Amino acid sequence: MNLELNVNGEPRPLDVDPWRRLLDVLREDLGLTGSKEGCGEGECGACSVLLDGEPVNSCLLPVGAVEGRAVRTVEDLASADALHPVQRALVDLAGTQCGICTPGIAVTAAWILETHPEADRAQVRTLLAGNLCRCTGYQLVVDAVMAALEAQR
Amino acid sequence: MSSTQSVGRSIPRVDGEEKVTGRARYVDDLTRPGLWWGATARSVAPHAILKRIVLPDPLPADVVVVTAADIPGLNGIQLLTADQVALVPEGGRIRHPHEAVALVAAPDARTAKRVAAAIELELEPLPAVFDFDAALRGDVVVHQNPDAAPNVYSDLTFGRGDVDAALAECDLVLEGTYTTASQEQMYIEPQGMLAEWKDGTCYVTGSLQCPYYVHKSLVALLDLPPEQVVVDQAVTGGGFGGKEEYPSMIAAHAALLARRAGRPVKLIYDRSEDLRATPKRHPSRVKHRMGFKRDGTLVAVDVDVLLDGGAYTTLSPVVLSRGVLHAPGPYRAEHVRVRGRAVATNHPPQGAFRGFGAPQTTFPYERQMQKAALQLGIDPWVLRRQNRLREGDTTATGQVLRWSVGSTEVLDKAEEVLASPPPHRSTHTQLPADPSALRRGRGVAFYFHGAGFTGRGEERLKGTLTLALCADGVYEIRSTSTDIGQGTLTTFAQIAADVLEVEASAIRFAPRSTAVAPDSGPTVASRTCMIMGAVVDQAALELRTALAIYGREVGLEDPDDLAAAAAHHAQAKGELARTCTYHSPEGISFDDTKYEGDAYPAYGWAVCVVDVAVDLDTFEVAVERCVHVIDVGKAIHPLIVKGQIEGGTLQALGWALWEQVTYADDGRVLNDRMTNCIIPTSLEAPELETHLVEVPYPHGPFGAKGVGEIPMDGPAAAVANAIEDALGIPIDQVPVTPEVLARLWTSRPPEDTTRYERRA
Amino acid sequence: MTAYLRPTSLDEALALRAAHPDYAVVAGGTDLLVGALERPAPAGVLDVFGVAELVGITPGPREALTVGAATPYARLLESPRIRTTLPMLHTCVREIGAAQIQARGTLGGNAQTCSPVGDTLPVLLALEAEVELANQAGRRRLPFAEFVTGYRQTALAADELIVAFHFPAGLSRLRQHWRKVGTRRAQAISKVMLAAVASLDDGTIASPRVAFGAVADRPLRIQSVEAALAGRPPSLGLADEAAALLEQAITPISDVRSSADYRLQVAKNMLHRWVASLVD
Repeated sequence: MNLELNVNGEPRPLDVDPWRRLLDVLREDLGLTGSKEGCGEGECGACSVLLDGEPVNSCLLPVGAVEGRAVRTVEDLASADALHPVQRALVDLAGTQCGICTPGIAVTAAWILETHPEADRAQVRTLLAGNLCRCTGYQLVVDAVMAALEAQR
Repeated sequence: MSSTQSVGRSIPRVDGEEKVTGRARYVDDLTRPGLWWGATARSVAPHAILKRIVLPDPLPADVVVVTAADIPGLNGIQLLTADQVALVPEGGRIRHPHEAVALVAAPDARTAKRVAAAIELELEPLPAVFDFDAALRGDVVVHQNPDAAPNVYSDLTFGRGDVDAALAECDLVLEGTYTTASQEQMYIEPQGMLAEWKDGTCYVTGSLQCPYYVHKSLVALLDLPPEQVVVDQAVTGGGFGGKEEYPSMIAAHAALLARRAGRPVKLIYDRSEDLRATPKRHPSRVKHRMGFKRDGTLVAVDVDVLLDGGAYTTLSPVVLSRGVLHAPGPYRAEHVRVRGRAVATNHPPQGAFRGFGAPQTTFPYERQMQKAALQLGIDPWVLRRQNRLREGDTTATGQVLRWSVGSTEVLDKAEEVLASPPPHRSTHTQLPADPSALRRGRGVAFYFHGAGFTGRGEERLKGTLTLALCADGVYEIRSTSTDIGQGTLTTFAQIAADVLEVEASAIRFAPRSTAVAPDSGPTVASRTCMIMGAVVDQAALELRTALAIYGREVGLEDPDDLAAAAAHHAQAKGELARTCTYHSPEGISFDDTKYEGDAYPAYGWAVCVVDVAVDLDTFEVAVERCVHVIDVGKAIHPLIVKGQIEGGTLQALGWALWEQVTYADDGRVLNDRMTNCIIPTSLEAPELETHLVEVPYPHGPFGAKGVGEIPMDGPAAAVANAIEDALGIPIDQVPVTPEVLARLWTSRPPEDTTRYERRA
Repeated sequence: MTAYLRPTSLDEALALRAAHPDYAVVAGGTDLLVGALERPAPAGVLDVFGVAELVGITPGPREALTVGAATPYARLLESPRIRTTLPMLHTCVREIGAAQIQARGTLGGNAQTCSPVGDTLPVLLALEAEVELANQAGRRRLPFAEFVTGYRQTALAADELIVAFHFPAGLSRLRQHWRKVGTRRAQAISKVMLAAVASLDDGTIASPRVAFGAVADRPLRIQSVEAALAGRPPSLGLADEAAALLEQAITPISDVRSSADYRLQVAKNMLHRWVASLVD
């Protein structure tokens, strides 16, 4: 089936089985391997991407569902010459360890910065609760997101 | 000699940018031309003779199948022994319900999985055994060591003094039995390997902690000379011990499939397969006796440890060794007797997980200390202070603690921290409960953890690495110490950079590959920074000295200008490398047979304090405050150390309250999905208050000692102590799930509410 | 290859539903895609997430509300009307999954799956919501209690789609109570859920509706408890009585997430606490 995808601001027409998971199409067909699979059932959030600006689990989305919608992946967060502020904060404050959950966290955190600029620590934790991390205990992740939020204010 | 530009500062992680941008390449991100996908067919019975493997007929075209008959060399995974087969052969014995029997590769993962699922097994079922008592009776023999009781992988005893006589004299003898459940490491990246063959050499890349473990297994299994096996670490998405041993199995499978298919094969476990097949934390049952004088002096300790090792030896004897060595706790006692046994059952094999036996034995002794404090009427902090090991004291193995004993400092610091309100309140963990249903309590745990390999382990390992000034003028570290998230690369870079007077970001790393880096020993046991970091320090110093001599030889203007000497050497002479091997400090000795002497070169010391709220309607427990103070010797990178501690703390809180692997009556893993094998989210995690204490270890780099595992040991006891404080009932098992707590609360004997003094 | 249909209007969707009764109807996909790789692909997919008539929150007279079946939870959470009129639904939805699931999950999807642990289902029962179903011939409404017919079984016919949920007027005057006990605080499967509403009329309980989830093969109203509460003043004794009646009415099971004993005990405690909380 021919699908007119829009990924990271670019039209990406593809001939694919629409029942395939968006995650697989991103990783296998488009070479965007930044989105990760940790569970395949919407528990861990490592596959988070933004769909029309909202975080979703790309492992739970048939690619047919995203035609005509804007998909934004971790690969699109940084500009050519600078990391996204939340990526910068995650690096500087050691909010990434093994890094496998980090792309998903970066995507969700970028959404938090855009849509919840006044969030406090408890709200950040609520908004990040769909992104499991096993390395950090979340403390340095929350610190990094708060630092990025505060820098933005 | 060393300057300190970088050490002690939290510089940006050297692998930070590639990870936050998604550029870092994990094994599942790798591909190769003509790549096929692998899948594994597994046993379903826990214990059986495998009569015949029945393949689907006809097999789809474009599919290869591998069985044990295709193994060119030894069918065994090389760990302490090679009793675990890579694939159960026809006529062989299946020992657990998720054991690999056959392998399939196909052009796509779905086909490979479908064919693997269609493989049928003709089995002759055998009776199976799943619990300690039945296994020790030996009715069903899963494993038999020569000259040992059936189903006992390892039986260790050590101690000092006369425990029975001393206990008879004590004013208070406390006895308790403590059980802990299995726990999944739950690295967010499931395990996987990619294998390919080129000109008779097998190349394997994957998610792993210990390249040379995999190498050793493949050399024997493939019957190849060592140089024809190359093992390379891909960026690895967490390990926590879970990728210490099992990657050897997956690598063997991928290599066999690639060999048969004649093309690269990638074998990536989905979460369910990972949960079923890979080793986890050993379930335990510990009987613990402590004898005290009325004034609180701890006189005698008597411990009997049982670990369920599952169906194969794996690392169980070493896990047990660490477990028993920690069992008496960080306390003085004249009379100590510890026995431990690792027991064989038909559960899937258990293995390495952060803490490595110590969490299972720390939980009992810190519960015992809490009960003792209550029964003796002594403040729990005072009782711990009174009996704590101090510098100059002798441990249960007869080790004299000569250095880096932060036992006093961590207690002092914890009490100081508790005197102030937390910087951030954990409002998010508060339960949506009726206030009148809530009970609150505080618990403390004081504990220690031996850093590095046990006893003479480091002498056997001879961890080696190379630090080179390359011909392009860049310093390069060639080591198989892997970064699995814990910050090895950044930490090594900082150590080297400060000695060599460059920025840490200027240090380059060769691939963690057996082709280019010497065997630095496994990346386990809190040894990487303390042991191999010391080797980095040594190699850097040797290189520095050599460059200084070189600078004088060639008549540099400023003979102390290291950068000039390095640049000159690189240009004029090319590479200058120093390869160094770890040697234990003078005067450290351990008798592995008697368990006497220096069990560990140094110990970390820690206090964990947990405040809980319990909802008596739902028996949910919220952690409302968690203070963790740990003596790390020296924090090379304070934020990385803090991150290590906090990650470990939350894993430990998880083990205490929510996490467990549950097994069906036939030994299968029941909760083989992330949705029911749960780990904490950011809403369970309290605001973690982490405080570092630095009592330097003289033989660690810049004074550093191990930190990776210690935070796992103590929090479970702190949680149980806090719940006891809140409810007045003893909590002697973890996890204390709401289901467990509901049962304990409902069945509490009336006297239990009065036996313990409630906190004011 | 799986056919994938994305109608944009309800008429189109109903025509496709009639033409392809064997296709999987998917809204946000958060249920249907779980474990999808292990199952054969459906013959086809009817994706109703983009059907405009199925999305939205429409006020009716006297605070009655209609919620489109494919309205994502995230939109419910943003709605001041939902927060003030149906606070119980707001709290319930806030605790479902986390941001990623809330962006895609819908009431219609939850109802169609009709799992015994579906989080919003006890709320729909307790609020006496009506579900509106449509096929090409027309529309029908039925009380949500009648929509649920068994374990993962509903009254939805093969040519029908769930269109909307209608919440009756006057709900904001009721005391609405929601408590979910899950495996954890987010991303949690429910172990026991209580949705309860009532008002106090001259010191006696009026219009009590008590619904539980995860304690039987389907979400349940507990009529015996409701009958015992109606018209009586709340008291601790009445709470005891209600808890005892509940024990007769539910048959929780033991599974990988919890035990029958726990579910029963906690369900009773939750009900007891709610009845006791009505005592001012």
